[in-house]
Amino acid sequence: MGIIKEKDREQLIKLLMPLVNKVKVIMFTQEFECDYCRVGREILDELSGLSDRILLEVHDFVKEADLAKSYGVDKIPATVLLGDRDYGIRFYGVPAGYEFTTLIEDIINISRRDTGLSEDTLKELTKIDRPVHIQVMISPT
Amino acid sequence: MANYYISSDMIEISEFPHLAIKYSVQGVPKIIINEKFSVVGDVPELELALMILKAIEK
Repeated sequence: MGIIKEKDREQLIKLLMPLVNKVKVIMFTQEFECDYCRVGREILDELSGLSDRILLEVHDFVKEADLAKSYGVDKIPATVLLGDRDYGIRFYGVPAGYEFTTLIEDIINISRRDTGLSEDTLKELTKIDRPVHIQVMISPT
Repeated sequence: MANYYISSDMIEISEFPHLAIKYSVQGVPKIIINEKFSVVGDVPELELALMILKAIEK
């Protein structure tokens, strides 16, 4: 009995089927997993089983501290999404509920190399010439 | 994805309550740009792009 419900699984498989480019999902947890870390890892494990385009790597935040640091990961559970390069997309916490939908959308966008943003927005964003760090604080629904 | 300079974190505040306190989160979603600027609620994408430009004084 998995965390992702049977009917959601079928829908996800259909959504992920058209993906061509692979997306790497890197999760940081630790040996003695907190509940959130365990649940998060199980969700990602099930998700990566639904598409061969999703490649999951699980790492230890404590034992692989240098690797975590190289991705800018400073807390766990952490999920890093990578396409042909690192787009700077990180999820902190269990990717469940509304956050799960966002995670799926991000995976699809990364695989397609398409932001899904309008021309007008993209035009404004090209003007950015120095680092911008956005943090979106959300709560479970 | 749109610009190499942008990095973005989604943070589940119930799992990181110290961050909710640090950034005085009273409503969600709360968007924080470069630790300085913040906005609560759903912001249209173009508006957010303009806010980012304002935050870096462009």
